Amino acid sequence: MIRPGKMIAEVLRTIFRKPATNLYPYEKLDMPEKFRGKLKFYPEKCIGCKLCMRDCPTNAIRINKLPDGRFEAEIDLDKCIYCAQCVDSCPKGALESTKDVELAQLEHNKLKLIIHAEPQKKPEQ
Amino acid sequence: MISSLFYILIFPGFLFLSVFGLLAEYVDRKFYARLQNRVGPPWFQPLADFIKLVSKESIIPKDANPSMFQLAPLFALTAASVSILYIPLWGINSLFAFSGDLIVVLYLLTIPTLAFFIGGWYSSSLFARIGSVRAVTQLFSYEVPLFIGVLTSALLADSWSLAGIAAYYDKHPWFWLFNLIGFGVSLTALLGKLEKGPFDIPEAETEIVAGSFVEYSGRFLAILRMSINTEMVVGASLLAAVFLPFGLTINPIAGFILYIIKVLFIVLLLSLSRTVVARLRIDQMIEFCWRYLMPLAVLQLLINLIIKGVLG
Amino acid sequence: MSEEFRVPIGPQHPALKEPASFSIALKGEKIIGVDVRLGYNHRGIEKACEERTYVQDVYLVERICGICSHAHSTCFVQAVEEIAQIEVPKRALYIRTLIAELERIHSHLLWLGVAAHEIGFDTLLMFTWRDREIVMDILAELTGNRVNYGINAIGGVRRDIGKDKAPEILKKMDVLEDRTKYYIEVATQETTVVNRLSGVGKITKDVALKLGAVGPTARASGIARDVRKYDPYAAYGELSFDLITDDHNDVYGRTIVRVKELMQSYKMIRQILKDMPDGPIAVKAPRKIPAGEAVSRYEAPRGELMHYVKANGGDKPDRVKVRTPTLANIQAVKMMLREMYLADVPIIVAAIDPCFSCTDRLIEIKDLDKKDAQVIDWQSLRKYSIDWYRDRGIDFKK
Repeated sequence: MIRPGKMIAEVLRTIFRKPATNLYPYEKLDMPEKFRGKLKFYPEKCIGCKLCMRDCPTNAIRINKLPDGRFEAEIDLDKCIYCAQCVDSCPKGALESTKDVELAQLEHNKLKLIIHAEPQKKPEQ
Repeated sequence: MISSLFYILIFPGFLFLSVFGLLAEYVDRKFYARLQNRVGPPWFQPLADFIKLVSKESIIPKDANPSMFQLAPLFALTAASVSILYIPLWGINSLFAFSGDLIVVLYLLTIPTLAFFIGGWYSSSLFARIGSVRAVTQLFSYEVPLFIGVLTSALLADSWSLAGIAAYYDKHPWFWLFNLIGFGVSLTALLGKLEKGPFDIPEAETEIVAGSFVEYSGRFLAILRMSINTEMVVGASLLAAVFLPFGLTINPIAGFILYIIKVLFIVLLLSLSRTVVARLRIDQMIEFCWRYLMPLAVLQLLINLIIKGVLG
Repeated sequence: MSEEFRVPIGPQHPALKEPASFSIALKGEKIIGVDVRLGYNHRGIEKACEERTYVQDVYLVERICGICSHAHSTCFVQAVEEIAQIEVPKRALYIRTLIAELERIHSHLLWLGVAAHEIGFDTLLMFTWRDREIVMDILAELTGNRVNYGINAIGGVRRDIGKDKAPEILKKMDVLEDRTKYYIEVATQETTVVNRLSGVGKITKDVALKLGAVGPTARASGIARDVRKYDPYAAYGELSFDLITDDHNDVYGRTIVRVKELMQSYKMIRQILKDMPDGPIAVKAPRKIPAGEAVSRYEAPRGELMHYVKANGGDKPDRVKVRTPTLANIQAVKMMLREMYLADVPIIVAAIDPCFSCTDRLIEIKDLDKKDAQVIDWQSLRKYSIDWYRDRGIDFKK
């Protein structure tokens, strides 16, 4: 039957429940396992095929070949839409999604990730 | 002279009302949040809001009438603050009691609504005009049930003075239980006066942005919000004095604490009713007040008349 | 206050979640006329689709709207698969349907909260959005993101649903079903809610048919049309569910239709999880789609969504056109607003569940003097907009 204050019982019961708010940043929530967060690049697996660059919807990733044969990836964190298409396109599994989602920065240049492998040490003469 | 100034400015006047108003706003918002399974603001939030508003730029619209625009919040704050002087807070006597001060308090409580109307009308903004017209239309609906509801208790007590009412109920304990229907009616009408609960029509956020307050910013908005809080405290005190007049002569300190508890209890009731209902439309509100609240108020009046006749 | 004056609801207004301009002519509190203007959210997505490959377009089309993102993505992918005549494996269809129904649940719970907020009932907003978090968490677990799921690929889906996820989802569906039953009670038995929603925004069945209303807006006027029933796509042909209609013709009817559709969605998800076949989740799709065109339809939470894709043998589409349900319902809003009060405007507009981000499209530029239509290309459109702003003193190069 129609009466005012229908929610009153449920609402009074809610006083005794813990609030449903997550007190970020004091309590951080854990993202689920395969959450599509920041990208991770394994430079040693990259073969420079640039399939990831072709399939990226926003041109957020660039693969450069360094003079000594290593590959480096330049990822623009502000252009990336975290769709993980590059992860699927890479034939060698050199890209991976992590659970890192706290990516805000105060300076624009910090949003560019450049990842490359360590240069190999020259063999002793 | 000095004691009058103390009463008006410090206690129980302006300063006490401001602090108590901030406390009542905190209790209202925290309770509202907890009922909705949220955390709610910390205890200093209303004070922080006030300080922030005072420190911001106060913009007066070009087309507004500057004197009326700036005076309207002050009218509201003053009228609401002055009426506390006639309400017995602890003990039977209020500070400046005289016969008929009940009517004066009710009249003084009408002035903030008119001040909001004036402020909104002279803001020269379309939303403010609609909001102020709605505020006055709402005034026509809840005013009569509120007056009759409060006067039923005065009828039983045979006195038009709040101090006289308190004295009568002190002599006849438990008689205030006869007035419970009147209490319900007055509480609902008080929701209309404070523009809360199902009757926050003049300030409907999703329809007319902020109603009469839409052009106010900075200091003026701070004074307006303070006057709304003061109105809430004074209205709740009035209802506590008229409908819950028990335990007034224990001793001043305990009586004062009891008064604080009564006012906060009424604030909690107002908060609860705000939570469980949606907002009505203005035509639905007029129909509700005249079709349901008025008959209940008249019913309480009849009951009190009969009891008066029976008990003498 | 009885002379006529115009109140601007929008483009910026607390009642609207997205910009749209409803310029309302009032006499006192009664509405005597409405002028609707859209286009504030136009982003040039149809043109942008022509500059990107099909693989990239799946993500672009998904971001037309945040609430019905899977709807756009699936509709587009279905159109492309029809042109290329790709046979999608059954398991992929079931996974698409599962995500589609989860999206419908989250969209309807969001709508319930927004409608409650428009009538001033914030408690129901907080409660429904708290329960919506359960669905968002399920979606984050299954697809990797809370909105813009990115689960579609041309030829199937990108991720599989593990068998261990099913019991957890079923348990959460039980919780949500209980809560939804409580919200049905509140919506139908709380006096103030019933008073605000009943008799408001009435359109009768023939008027709704004439104006082309779709989705719950039409179903609340008794029109029994649902794309999932009469043109089944994905796995809907094999699921059994009821078509919900209501004959109240007003906002109350639309609420009832949406809440009952929620109950049907819970039923459907249980069936999907029980009957999901095993098998591959995608087939390899060619990068170059052969020439052809296709129209695909989808029952988004707001109504019937249509995508038209024209392919020309290359790896970029020739033309993509999107017709969203809000565009079909917007004409009905003008009819609904007659004879209503100003206080009803937010709830009437919210009752069609408007998504103006989805709606704003541009077909072609018609020069009314020359009476011919000119199709403009991407580079010229960009240059036109940069020059337009520079003429007004804003230079984006700085």
